[in-house]
Amino acid sequence: MIKVVINAERCKGCSLCIHFCPKGSLSMGDLLNTKGYQYVIFTDGGECTGCAACGKLCPDLAINVYRE
Amino acid sequence: MTVKSRAKKVLCERPKSRMDVDSPLCPGCQHGVIGRILCEVIDELEIQGKTICIAGVGCHAMTLFTTNIDFVQALHGRAPGVGTGVKRAVGREKIVFTVQGDGDLASIGIGDVIHAANRGEKLTIIFCNNSAYGTTGGQMAPTTLLGQVTTTTPDGRRYEDAGFPVHIAELMATFPGVAYSARCALTSLANYNKTKKAVKTAFKKQMDGIGLGIVEILSACPPALKLSPTKAVEWMENYMMAEYPLGEFKNVDTVTPKYILKGEGA
Amino acid sequence: MGKKVLISGNEAIGYGAIYAGCTHYFGYPITPQNEVIEFFAREFPKIGRTFVQADSEVSSINMVCGAAAAGVRVMTSTASTAFSLMQEGLSAIAAMEVPCVIVDVQRGGPGAGSTQHAQMDYFLATRGSHGDYCNIVLAPFSVQEAFELTQLAFHLADKYRHPVLMLTDGIMGQMMESVDLRTLEFEPLPAKDWAATGSAERNSKRNFLHNSPGILGFLTGDTYKSNMERYYDKYNEMKNAEVRYQLKDVEDAEVIIISYGSTARVASRAQYEARLMGIKVGMIRPITLWPFPAEVIKGYGEKAKSVIVVEDSMGQMVEDVRYAVMGKAEVHFVGFLDRHLPTSSGMILPEAVLNRIKAVI
Repeated sequence: MIKVVINAERCKGCSLCIHFCPKGSLSMGDLLNTKGYQYVIFTDGGECTGCAACGKLCPDLAINVYRE
Repeated sequence: MTVKSRAKKVLCERPKSRMDVDSPLCPGCQHGVIGRILCEVIDELEIQGKTICIAGVGCHAMTLFTTNIDFVQALHGRAPGVGTGVKRAVGREKIVFTVQGDGDLASIGIGDVIHAANRGEKLTIIFCNNSAYGTTGGQMAPTTLLGQVTTTTPDGRRYEDAGFPVHIAELMATFPGVAYSARCALTSLANYNKTKKAVKTAFKKQMDGIGLGIVEILSACPPALKLSPTKAVEWMENYMMAEYPLGEFKNVDTVTPKYILKGEGA
Repeated sequence: MGKKVLISGNEAIGYGAIYAGCTHYFGYPITPQNEVIEFFAREFPKIGRTFVQADSEVSSINMVCGAAAAGVRVMTSTASTAFSLMQEGLSAIAAMEVPCVIVDVQRGGPGAGSTQHAQMDYFLATRGSHGDYCNIVLAPFSVQEAFELTQLAFHLADKYRHPVLMLTDGIMGQMMESVDLRTLEFEPLPAKDWAATGSAERNSKRNFLHNSPGILGFLTGDTYKSNMERYYDKYNEMKNAEVRYQLKDVEDAEVIIISYGSTARVASRAQYEARLMGIKVGMIRPITLWPFPAEVIKGYGEKAKSVIVVEDSMGQMVEDVRYAVMGKAEVHFVGFLDRHLPTSSGMILPEAVLNRIKAVI
């Protein structure tokens, strides 16, 4: 199973991960981090293939992806 | 108390040579992705301890803060010259690369990069093309598209007085001393992978002592374009890639002259 | 005992660099220092050292910066108008605190001016480029001294991790004199273990920056202020330890001549002839233009009450002399307008200086 771990404090809410995700497994959350950015959350319902487009194209390297 | 961790395969993690620090860049700035690619390549080639990065002043230089390698700052546009000085001093065993933006490389530094190419310096040049001057607030760059609105082309760039978009990757490919010249983009995972492959190839041209390698990477600067990061990437796909075709413009394994004069006179 | 050769001032600089262990030269041709770059082009490859003809002086100084950061002994040479091109680079090198040697073989200005001698770069050399910093400036007046001061230049550059300028001129460059070639001994210096050579050896990264701390964001505990304080502690050390000058017949002098470089040869001749006539004239020849020998000029100037600055310009070093004596001596000037011809070949001849000495006395 794929684990997408988001570092909320590093996220700047740019939404590029949402744009690049081919499965729609990410969306903007409702909360702000301590820097005032709205951060992304992993809302996957099993579609995630672990392509890691989100992690690789995150400019802040705020996303790690693992297969367990 | 020990926690037994389940065996896990890393599909994506911070590269070893990338420091565990916040990025100082704007939200959605793809210089951060270029920085990541550089670190992944440096790790895979196992050259972290013997690599020196040269960057000028501009957002492209932020790699200095996030990459755990020696760094020498250059003046605006002069990274190829500083890189030449370092490389000629450290020799074949160490790897020297530059990271440059549009103003740095294609405007003030265009003479410097042309001559480094002409000398076939064993350098690797990473050229970040985001078609504007990001650091200073979004002015026109030599790579700005015709009709593109910037703070110094408020009615859109006109070729009659501001010239045409400059094509660096094609230009570099015309020099005999250049072993590799390619243009890539960061508009999809597939293109990310191609960019990484091109960067690795460019580094290898230096490691194998062949010649200069340059990779031009189309990357988005949301503030300069005054678009959201997602819209900026779409703008790149629709407009920048139409002006600047992707691909390899030169890839050779030897640099050889056509002739060398011998004998009297010259 | 070294070898004795008959060479030009320009070539002496090349020899000095070789004897100092300089391994990298990056330069660009410009009159009247073409013999310098040609010397390196010819001799460096023979001994396995690196010579690169750069595409401009702007490129040259940036290449020098890179090689200096990588820890090698490196130099470039140029002349006046192209020395101006190097200013941004020099300021960055000083900010970055890496060592190098730059030679300015002065020619006439402003602009491209004349291709022959002049001494119009004094302000540029001693005040440095933009930003608050100072170059160490050495001014030889003989071919032997050019050879020796080049070696000293590399030593001082490494000692302080700072750019050192050699200021000569077209006459110094072309004139030929006998030189005793030998390696000068200096105090031993620590190895350059601060250089940018790749982080593996020490497991940590090094940054060589010319932006002040804070501009590019987070970094060390330094601030803009602490940086400037650190630079100026260094410059004050230089001022205390590195002033060099030559004195001649100053103890009983009623007039002191102050001159540097090739003009000092002329002034020296005039001083000698004046003494033969019984005039009590002495001479102070600054060898370091920065740090300037202000104290010694003040001391003897006040005593003599009259100084004559001989300088092939419209008046640059004379201002430092005026400042040094602080009104306690009359300051006279023999300069560009006293040359013997109005063309670029005009020179200040001993006669012009002698006439001024007589007028002042």
